[in-house]
Amino acid sequence: MKRYDLIVVGAGPSGLSAAIEAAKRGMSVAVFDENAKPGGQLFKQIHKFFGSKEHKAKVRGFRIGEELLKEASETGVEVHLGATVTGLYMKKEVVVRMRDGMQHWKGDAVIVATGASEKMVPFDGWTLPGVMGAGAAQTLMNLHGVKPGNRVLMLGSGNVGLVVSFQLLQAGCEVVAVVDAAPRVGGYGVHAAKLARCGVPFYLSHTILRVEGSDRVAGVTIGRVNRRFQPVPGTEKRFDADTVCVAVGLSPMSQLFKMAGCQMRDDPKKGGEVPVCDQYGRTSVPGVFAVGDVSGIEEASSAMIEGRIAGVCAANTLGFCTEEEKTAALAAMEKDLDSLRQGMFAPQNRGKDFRTTEEGVKISESLLKKGYLTDTEVGTFPGVVRRSGVHPVVECTQNIPCNPCQDVCPKNCIRVGEKITSLPEVDPAAGCVGCGMCVASCPGQAIFLVDEQFEEGFAAVTIPYEFFPLPKAGTKGTALGRNGKPVCEAEVVKVTNTAAFDHTNLLTMKVPRGEAMKARFFTC
Amino acid sequence: MGSVNDRSRDIGKFSEQPDDDRIICRCEEVTKGEIRKAVHDGMFTMTEIRRYLRCGMGLCQGQTCAGLVKGIVAGELGISPSELGPATSRAPMRPVPMKTLGNEKGGGY
Amino acid sequence: MARIENHPILGKFRKGRKVRFYLDGNAMEGFEGEPIAAALKAAGVIVHRYTQKRHEPRGIFCAIGRCTDCVMVVDGVPNVRTCMTPLAEGMNVQTQYGVLAKKAEGWTGR
Repeated sequence: MKRYDLIVVGAGPSGLSAAIEAAKRGMSVAVFDENAKPGGQLFKQIHKFFGSKEHKAKVRGFRIGEELLKEASETGVEVHLGATVTGLYMKKEVVVRMRDGMQHWKGDAVIVATGASEKMVPFDGWTLPGVMGAGAAQTLMNLHGVKPGNRVLMLGSGNVGLVVSFQLLQAGCEVVAVVDAAPRVGGYGVHAAKLARCGVPFYLSHTILRVEGSDRVAGVTIGRVNRRFQPVPGTEKRFDADTVCVAVGLSPMSQLFKMAGCQMRDDPKKGGEVPVCDQYGRTSVPGVFAVGDVSGIEEASSAMIEGRIAGVCAANTLGFCTEEEKTAALAAMEKDLDSLRQGMFAPQNRGKDFRTTEEGVKISESLLKKGYLTDTEVGTFPGVVRRSGVHPVVECTQNIPCNPCQDVCPKNCIRVGEKITSLPEVDPAAGCVGCGMCVASCPGQAIFLVDEQFEEGFAAVTIPYEFFPLPKAGTKGTALGRNGKPVCEAEVVKVTNTAAFDHTNLLTMKVPRGEAMKARFFTC
Repeated sequence: MGSVNDRSRDIGKFSEQPDDDRIICRCEEVTKGEIRKAVHDGMFTMTEIRRYLRCGMGLCQGQTCAGLVKGIVAGELGISPSELGPATSRAPMRPVPMKTLGNEKGGGY
Repeated sequence: MARIENHPILGKFRKGRKVRFYLDGNAMEGFEGEPIAAALKAAGVIVHRYTQKRHEPRGIFCAIGRCTDCVMVVDGVPNVRTCMTPLAEGMNVQTQYGVLAKKAEGWTGR
């Protein structure tokens, strides 16, 4: 039997982070992962992450994954791939399937970071080929370069549903609708707004009634539901879709803890059955830790910090670092974790119905029901100011932990402040130079540059644009509003991209002056 | 857990529902109606339901259906799903061919 | 075409060499090392198997080896998770009926 100071189950963001911190402190660390490649689900996250500098905000998920793998190899973490942990037993014995045999390993500490699997809802036709998890669609298109379908209906308006829908558009698929039984969009409003301005319709308080087809999806019928989630007769609507993606939440894959005898708890706020653990990830079985989604569903940024915290604690428990070193290391990590767990979407606020922001601004009902701000609502937010000359318009309207806009602006036009969940404010007096860094850096793609005095009678609007084919300067087309409906004719005057923008192109279009605060997307 | 183990509890009569024929456990092809009936046959816990119907005992080991089955059983018993304990977790967590399982290395202390 | 030729964020996908494999005896093309399921999807094949009891079609559902819905008979071995198994030259992939590569006697429906 091979013996290690620490065995980590799962080479995703939290598992690798834990392994890195432990190895840095001199522990021998083995990480097992059943997949052929490490990184867990990070490598299919092609969007820019939210948060602050400390959380690697505005960096795309897969790049964070690359950094993590580099750090793991530099610190001497041993990662075993194609190694499936099939059981966790007493005295922290781990049984692993490696190639054609079963091997027994033992860790003085075991950190379980097995992540989560997608939850499902059954409906008529849910077993038909073409109905799949949103994560499955993401895997196919972002890892393997294969379109999951041509016309996709997304069930679920949480962040996974919204982010994957946008990625489907980027992959060249059509998203026929985003459907959710809940009365309000579950994910970030900015993610919904990205879809709505591309013309994706939202159907809240709707559910899938049936999926048709004999050996593959041939169509989907949805219907409205009442407050008790019962279908309302006569509200059916059919979509000609070939694929249905289900994004109704994640559930922790916590079976190993049950097996190891850890005390468990069914906690709907954490996504299901999770081991009872303290803030360091320690379960009721000494030396067994839980980190990442398996300890409660959150997102990759917090999972990575949780992993690091548990790695330090494991090192401390086994005498690889002193109490003082531990306290010093944890102070910064806990602060970073705490700042991510603030705002309207924080784990403790799950299910709460906010009507106003922390600043007291009324939250847009239209955003929550249809995915977009109305033209009149948009002016009530502190990031939306009108003045002469080029300036940013920040359509960020919910308290989410994110502040790259403040960090990247060389002229200090945008202010979020100490508390990173505050709504960004635009300083009307600051001298914007139109560099566009804020537009390209906003993970929610909610910042636009507007210049109402661009030309006689015309304004210029700069939008983030992450699609192919990329329109060229001189292309004439149509400007779309926040709701995806045509607003006016528009002409592309400039398309820029620099390494710092990281594949977010800045498309500047010329529109009639009166439409400057309405035109938010371009199509031709 | 106490209420679940009280077998004399009256949970009413089984009545058919329009979606009883819908598959819940995809691996073992167990329907909602079969699960509901099993509760009326006296299977009140997840472990009993699994042994009675095999739902959650297929290739995926209940990864997809465990939560759904739990919800249906709890609904039939008139309790909250969190009151219903989980089914036992057993190795192997993932499908392993018998040939591989028999090829064991490095066991014992 | 189900393959994404040029992605706005990811550019061109790095793939292994082009290889030939067989689906129910028919020659197909895919890239070495990509999951069998991805090669099938790219070729427009979405039914991987028919179930044991109800003989219903199934395909890719989770794509990360959790749900086991995409299993097929690969090189004679049934229940192989095609979303996790890398494609290799000359592989013999077969639609799975129940646990077999052909319909059992008395198989009804599809």
